[in-house]
Amino acid sequence: MFKNVFSSLRQQFRIWLFRPKIESGSVTLNQRRIFIIPTRQGLGFVCVLLVMLLGDINYNLSLGYVLTFLLGTTALMTMVHTFRNMAQLEIRAGRTESVFSGEMAEFVFHFHNSGKLARYQLRLNSSSGEEIIFDIAARQGREVKLPIPATQRGWLSSGRLTLSTEFPLGLYHAWSYLQFDTRCLVFPKPSPPHPLPQRSAPNGAGKLTVTGDEDFAGLRNYVAGDPLPRIAWKALAREQGLQVKQFSSPQGQELWLEWGHLPALSAEHKLQILTRWILDADAQELQYGLRLPDIELAPGQGALHRLECLRALALCGLPR
Amino acid sequence: MKLNAYFIYGLLACVVLISAPHAEHLPLWVSLVSALLMVWRGYLAYSNKPLPQRGLLFMLMAGSVGGIFITFHTLFGREAGVTLLTLLAALKLMELRSARDATIVLYLACFILITEFFYSQSLFTALLMLVTLMIILATWIHLHSGSLAFVPRIRIAGMILLQAIPLTLILFVLFPRVQGPLWGLPQDAYANTGLDDKMSPGSVGHLALSDEVAFRITFNGTPPRRSQMYWRGPVLWNFDGQTWTPGKSTFGQYKPPRLDNLGLPFDYIVTLEPHNKTWLFTLEMPTHISIPAGFTYDFQVWQKTPVTARLRYTAHSQLSYRANDEEDQRQLQRALMIPMNLNPRAQILAAQWRANSANDEEITRKALTYFNREGFQYTLSPPPLGTNEVDDFLFETRKGFCEHFASSFVFLMRAAGVPARVVTGYQGGEYNDIGNYYIVRQSDAHAWAEVWFSGRGWVRIDPTAAIAPARLEQGMAAALPKTDSTTLPWMSRSHISWLSTLRFNLDSLTNQWNQWVLGYNPERQFAFLTRIGMEEITWQSMAFTLLGGIALLVGLFTFFMLRKLTTLNTDKVQKLYLTFCAKLAKKGIVRGMHEGPQDFAARAAQIKPLLASPIANITELYVALRYTNQIEAGALQRLSRAVAAFKL
Repeated sequence: MFKNVFSSLRQQFRIWLFRPKIESGSVTLNQRRIFIIPTRQGLGFVCVLLVMLLGDINYNLSLGYVLTFLLGTTALMTMVHTFRNMAQLEIRAGRTESVFSGEMAEFVFHFHNSGKLARYQLRLNSSSGEEIIFDIAARQGREVKLPIPATQRGWLSSGRLTLSTEFPLGLYHAWSYLQFDTRCLVFPKPSPPHPLPQRSAPNGAGKLTVTGDEDFAGLRNYVAGDPLPRIAWKALAREQGLQVKQFSSPQGQELWLEWGHLPALSAEHKLQILTRWILDADAQELQYGLRLPDIELAPGQGALHRLECLRALALCGLPR
Repeated sequence: MKLNAYFIYGLLACVVLISAPHAEHLPLWVSLVSALLMVWRGYLAYSNKPLPQRGLLFMLMAGSVGGIFITFHTLFGREAGVTLLTLLAALKLMELRSARDATIVLYLACFILITEFFYSQSLFTALLMLVTLMIILATWIHLHSGSLAFVPRIRIAGMILLQAIPLTLILFVLFPRVQGPLWGLPQDAYANTGLDDKMSPGSVGHLALSDEVAFRITFNGTPPRRSQMYWRGPVLWNFDGQTWTPGKSTFGQYKPPRLDNLGLPFDYIVTLEPHNKTWLFTLEMPTHISIPAGFTYDFQVWQKTPVTARLRYTAHSQLSYRANDEEDQRQLQRALMIPMNLNPRAQILAAQWRANSANDEEITRKALTYFNREGFQYTLSPPPLGTNEVDDFLFETRKGFCEHFASSFVFLMRAAGVPARVVTGYQGGEYNDIGNYYIVRQSDAHAWAEVWFSGRGWVRIDPTAAIAPARLEQGMAAALPKTDSTTLPWMSRSHISWLSTLRFNLDSLTNQWNQWVLGYNPERQFAFLTRIGMEEITWQSMAFTLLGGIALLVGLFTFFMLRKLTTLNTDKVQKLYLTFCAKLAKKGIVRGMHEGPQDFAARAAQIKPLLASPIANITELYVALRYTNQIEAGALQRLSRAVAAFKL
């Protein structure tokens, strides 16, 4: 019973001690943020020192006392050195580029060391186990990229990061928890190539057949995901490499990528196909619009439009 | 982390540095195996080849342990333990696969480093220890600092060590000392050098070749003459024709020694090197000693336990005395015993002296005259003697060292019916005028005789003085013939002035080192703490002062270490400008957050029109220094002067 109370108290204490604080802006590591404990090697070293001390006493080794005390106080002082290796570092979260699900999201952090001392062997760990080790020179800043796997579409937070160090002798482990409000937008993973739907009239009512040849605008190099019918087989036969026929999309002809027109698949699968379509349509420089259950984006073109569409897909059905 | 070649070289350097001083006393094969393993490891690191298989390593390990067992017949104890550890360190190098293995090697290195002090604790060893520790630390830092270059690593290691040294000093002075040993020590814990309590021909002579220090003496007040310095050791009563031994008093009752006719005592401090024997050396005749020790009926000073650590004591001695003039008859009988069937010619000679002499004193004089006149020689290399060794010496070879003279003299005295005994110890001592103390070396070992005269008690007679008086006044080198003195240790040979100054300096340093560092035992600690003004020396107060001191120093270090981290962003120019603003602020002209320097200057000039020109000047200089590329030479100084001169 007491054990239970004690363990729950300890749990409470841990929660209080390591309570997450989500930071925006920059964080300066001070003594309130840095925790320090001896490592297993540190405890091992204490055992070695104790054996030495016993030997000194037993054999009356005066110089042995000197050596034991030197090693002991060295071990003591390295605690300050370990702490100092992290103290007063300034950390700011940087902008993180969006990625597709299944890729690695590279979270960027800017470290700044305004002190006269270089910092060595700092480790930045994510809660999912990724690790990056780096040094920072004196009076310098440094950008650190921590890759975290993006497994799900939507917002990916960097989670609680641990910055730690065991410099200089590995006898102590100093660490600090960092939780920034930085997040990375994860787009759905594009599905394998899937033919684009047919284009429709501006009003979106009737359908026009794509005659193709008449609007032929030229050739461009093949990009993964280009639909097969557009490959310029003749050009390939002339050994000009794999090229794709480009068609200018005349005004008034637009491509609607619609959730509703997809067959009965799981929602995630549908989003994946839509993602693939957006990529393909963008590669072909088509005018395309996106219609999702909760949002409709008017046809458009260009990087910004593409991003907006992908963002809509990433956050479809999720809180924004 | 991956262990790169440079790190391996660092570890190799550590292991070489800790093994090399041991090479002297390790079995040769162990040194060779270690050296081979290290060369092999260095080659593997250099050529980036894989480490040997575990099976091979296991065989090497088993072979090494077996070899050690065969050499020492045990795996425990000091010698075998040190050997095993040294080999283990070399073997572990062959098995470096992770940072953990490297850490084990480093810990092992620290541990082996301490075992060196079993063999030597000299100043030189201490310096070597510091260098080794530095390399170990630098390698250790390498393990945790990745690509850091050698020089900054050494700098960090040096920094940490420099911080550790004052902390160590506090610990060394205040850490409560316990007189060891805590448990039984193996027999080989201490070396046996120095005088034995047996004397046979050659036993003192072999010590003459050693310049090891036996003890050092500081006199409080005037020292006696060198020829008067007889440092009394074991007294030998029994003679079996070959060897003199202390023997046992056949009657149980212990009779304390008695001294009469005393003058002013000599007061001196002896620092005795450990000799693993129970007797202590004092000037003849001792009357008082500062440590718990017993006086025997024949004026020896004994301790209950062997002297295994350097021992310091104060003693008082009398040079003019009357020692036991009412000696027990049974003791006197003991002092007359000789093996009757040996040395017939000596016995006849003694009988002649007895017949032709009026008293005991005359017999003694005759014996000394005999030694002086009959062509006896004082030499370190006497010819061997037969069964009747006293006869052989007295009538055949006539060449001998002090033990020959003492032994035959006492034999003659006893044969003539004069109670006599052999006393061993040291004679003389070398004065070190730099440290103001005397050094007594093993080469000063000596043997002399004591004869009992009724009414005068035991009187010292040194037969060596009759044949080589220079031995007492100037030391052995002066007394021995030229051919002999070349075999003497360097230290005992005649003096070359600058060389002797140098070695006196060195010995003085060694003496200080021995007194304060190596001889820092519970008594010394107590005395020292009292002297520096600690009033109540208890376990608790020491611990309290110790922890307080450590906390204070660590706090101080931490303060200075962390100060380096927070450098204020204000540069000199900014600082000067802020001073200027502060001066204005005192008069109520406070610069607003939104105000640029020029706007602020304009507003300030409006409020204080009299100061318009200095304000404009300062602002102009500040803006130029801060925001323009071309900065005139001396602009900063001018700004500094202008701000200093700015008064409201």
